[in-house]
Amino acid sequence: MTHIPSAPAGTRPPREARDAVVIRFAGDSGDGMQVTGGQFMVETALAGNDLSTFPDFPAEIRAPTGTTFGVSAFQIHFGSTDVTTAGDELDVLVAMNPAALKMNIRDLRVGGLVIVDTAAFIDRNFVKAGITSNPLDDGSLAPYQVLKLDITRLTMDAVKPFDLSNKEAMRCRNMWALGLMLWMYGRDREATTQWMKKKFAKHEPIAQANEAALNAGHAYGETAEMQDIVPGYTVARASVEPGTYKTVNGTEALAWGLVTGARKAGIKKIFLGAYPITPASALLHTLANLKKYGVITFQAEDEIAAICAAIGASYAGALGITSSSGPGIALKTEALGLAVATELPIIVVNNQRAGPSTGMPTKTEQSDLFQAVYGRNADSPLAVISTATPGDCFETAIEAVRIATRYMTPVMLLTDGYLANAAEPWVLPDLDEIAPFPVEFRTDPEGYHPFLRNPETLARPWALPGTPGLVHRIGGIERNYDSGHISYDPENHEKMTKTRAAKIAGIANDIPEQEVALGEDSGRLAIVGWGSTHGAIHQAVRRAREAGADVSHIHIRYLSPFPRNLGELLKRYDRIVVPEMNNGQLVHMLRDQFLIPAEPLTKVTGKPFKISEIEHAIQACLEGI
Amino acid sequence: MTAVAPMTAKEWASDQEVRWCPGCGDYAILKAMLKTLADIGNRPENTVFVSGIGCAARFPYYVASYGFHTIHGRAPAVATGVKLANPELDVWVISGDGDALSIGGNHLLHLLRRNVDVQFLLFNNEIYGLTKGQYSPTSRRGTRSPSTPMGSLENPVSAGAFALGAGARFVARSVDTQQAHLSGVLTRAHRHRGTSFVEIFQNCVVFNDGVFDDFTDKSVATERQLLVEHGKPLLFGKDRSMGLRFNARALTLEVVKPGENGVTEQDILVHDETNRALASMLVALEPPDFPVALGVIYCDPISTYDQDVYAQLESAGAWKSEPDLNQLFRQERTWTVE
Repeated sequence: MTHIPSAPAGTRPPREARDAVVIRFAGDSGDGMQVTGGQFMVETALAGNDLSTFPDFPAEIRAPTGTTFGVSAFQIHFGSTDVTTAGDELDVLVAMNPAALKMNIRDLRVGGLVIVDTAAFIDRNFVKAGITSNPLDDGSLAPYQVLKLDITRLTMDAVKPFDLSNKEAMRCRNMWALGLMLWMYGRDREATTQWMKKKFAKHEPIAQANEAALNAGHAYGETAEMQDIVPGYTVARASVEPGTYKTVNGTEALAWGLVTGARKAGIKKIFLGAYPITPASALLHTLANLKKYGVITFQAEDEIAAICAAIGASYAGALGITSSSGPGIALKTEALGLAVATELPIIVVNNQRAGPSTGMPTKTEQSDLFQAVYGRNADSPLAVISTATPGDCFETAIEAVRIATRYMTPVMLLTDGYLANAAEPWVLPDLDEIAPFPVEFRTDPEGYHPFLRNPETLARPWALPGTPGLVHRIGGIERNYDSGHISYDPENHEKMTKTRAAKIAGIANDIPEQEVALGEDSGRLAIVGWGSTHGAIHQAVRRAREAGADVSHIHIRYLSPFPRNLGELLKRYDRIVVPEMNNGQLVHMLRDQFLIPAEPLTKVTGKPFKISEIEHAIQACLEGI
Repeated sequence: MTAVAPMTAKEWASDQEVRWCPGCGDYAILKAMLKTLADIGNRPENTVFVSGIGCAARFPYYVASYGFHTIHGRAPAVATGVKLANPELDVWVISGDGDALSIGGNHLLHLLRRNVDVQFLLFNNEIYGLTKGQYSPTSRRGTRSPSTPMGSLENPVSAGAFALGAGARFVARSVDTQQAHLSGVLTRAHRHRGTSFVEIFQNCVVFNDGVFDDFTDKSVATERQLLVEHGKPLLFGKDRSMGLRFNARALTLEVVKPGENGVTEQDILVHDETNRALASMLVALEPPDFPVALGVIYCDPISTYDQDVYAQLESAGAWKSEPDLNQLFRQERTWTVE
């Protein structure tokens, strides 16, 4: 164990208290910023703060070192209050090189703290970052507090005893920076130390060196005379619901929700067909590790094969799932029509990203709503639901399984790049409290035909190959309402079209009525959102209400069909504003379905809404009424 | 429990009216299939026919088993999902030359390379029938069709060479009207574990009538068909008077007559269906210089994708018991708020 020097008691000023803090770690792709941020998150969660994180990494896997397009960042917002977004402005920016500083400084609040590794601020790196003068002495950082530390040298000194190569030693810089930040907010190092021991179990000198760097960074904070800039802070525990927690990102929560949903449906096999695509691949990776729970993952040759295999698996009795992002979903469209026509349950997860076409694959957007609701040839309705927060991905996935199996329909589950990667504390659910919804596979041949409908749900029976007495043929060709045999009869087609539409519309009677997330169920203004804008809208509405504004937050999970009371609820407000990370989609659907003058508030920068952006919109709106 | 009586070919026919053009080769293939299903004693509830789009793709409607008529080219992917969800099912994929080798070429490639345990039947009529007669990826160069009034400019793909190139472990060929031979090939295809690729030369009586006459017409069949059998010499023609010899210098096969020019029976190649190099040469033989090779050209089984997938699942502990989801959620760091 490395000795940690500490200053004599009483020589330091006391730590200052903070309600909430936003930190961003930024560096080169190879600087280990995701790991640094991830460990800071764990220590912060263990310290009892509420938190929300968002990693922001480049599309390039290994961009040239030191370039702006190779910058990787990890942001964490934590506090003693309710934290629902990764934060608007940074209080602290850790910039490991000039490119990281250049790309992130604009998000630091005036008066905020930027910590830089001075050793990286050399001419060669300025050229790579495309800057002409040294920002450390050209006055450009004047609005901020700047902590200039030679992190490289301090790290090298700390790891000297372990006889590492220069490259290996340099890779410990992130742990030094982490150590300093853990000291700054009074966090433990225990979990990080344990994690390093495990990660580098086979490379003991590297484990020891990283630990030494971590401790050196911490000790530097403890002993160095920099109280005038950084006195050290405390962030009190958040008052949260009792329960057992862990940090979870949207991808994990979604995967676990699908597994739980299948369990609640009594389906033994879960089948994911997927083709690698950013940012949806993470779900494939997560489910590939859940074989023990009956999950079969199939990396298909393309997006079309991925959904077709899921349809085939569903036909044979598994829970068929496919997962992609917008461009991949577009490729699946014809097969989605087959699932609509044959009325087979599948779950299509769309991890939305900025588009059109390749767009900005690692950046988030919620611009596939029209595609989900309308984007197929012919009248081919299906159910569409969306996720609001990382933890909400769990519940939404279960709900997707329930709707798909109860109504024998494809369900499009919309999530996005932000939710997939963002993490937050999550109360572990009591699985016994989740109501089961067992599927009944048809076994009785009496009176059977493949499109014999349940009078209540209009769902057809799920009759699996392998069942004696129920042999039948299904396919994309229109089928007779009364026999299931192929039919080109005009009246029959109209009846089947109407029936398929009525079946999906009927789901509105089987989902919760629309509630108001915050505020009254009538008034001057409602901010209506869906998907990952939930956190920003919620905070903005809360702050505006605390300031006395008459504004409510309505969050729509069920996008097709809408909850049956939605139109009536929306009509009770004078104005409706719809923030969306697209060019205005839900706003059109609301106007179309309910004939209300809903107004768009759009943002398509590939970045989530800031709370302040919505707050300003609320103010502008209420002043304007 | 009483034993279930095996079904007759007639009982294997569904109650649906068959709607191919009169004289279509698909009738003959259906007939051979129904007979084969009866012969091998399949149960209808465990049999699934999956098809894409095209004339051939109507096939599942006419068999009294489970059937899934899917979308153009994608039957291999759907069938893979069916087989992975329930490996106990006997899955047959029915496809045509456009479905399998044009719009669905990618899926066929990967089905074969993965070696999913299904039978894949390619009804090759060298034309798009259902869309009224356009040239297909197997049409011979110069084929005049509504979309190629001056003749097609594309070189055809060889289905057999494609399958071998994709890593197929079973490649066979037959002709729609040669019922006994076709049924024999289908039986072998069924017995093989892994993807069994069967190309069936099928006559389209409306848009491409007689396209295979150069080796299927009764007047030339004997001279132009090489019916291969494992372990038997590659002889053909009247009284099996001609045979294939390997020309090592040219790295080719050549047609010879035993008893002439010093050629003996010993010079004739013996068919070895596990020999991939021989299979590659056999699928390339074409009239008029060579006969067309029919029968089981290549069969060399290895473990199948579905078997391997389930082996991994089992080793991971799937379905052994119902593992506790609470454990899954708690496998990393948790903390408790009182």
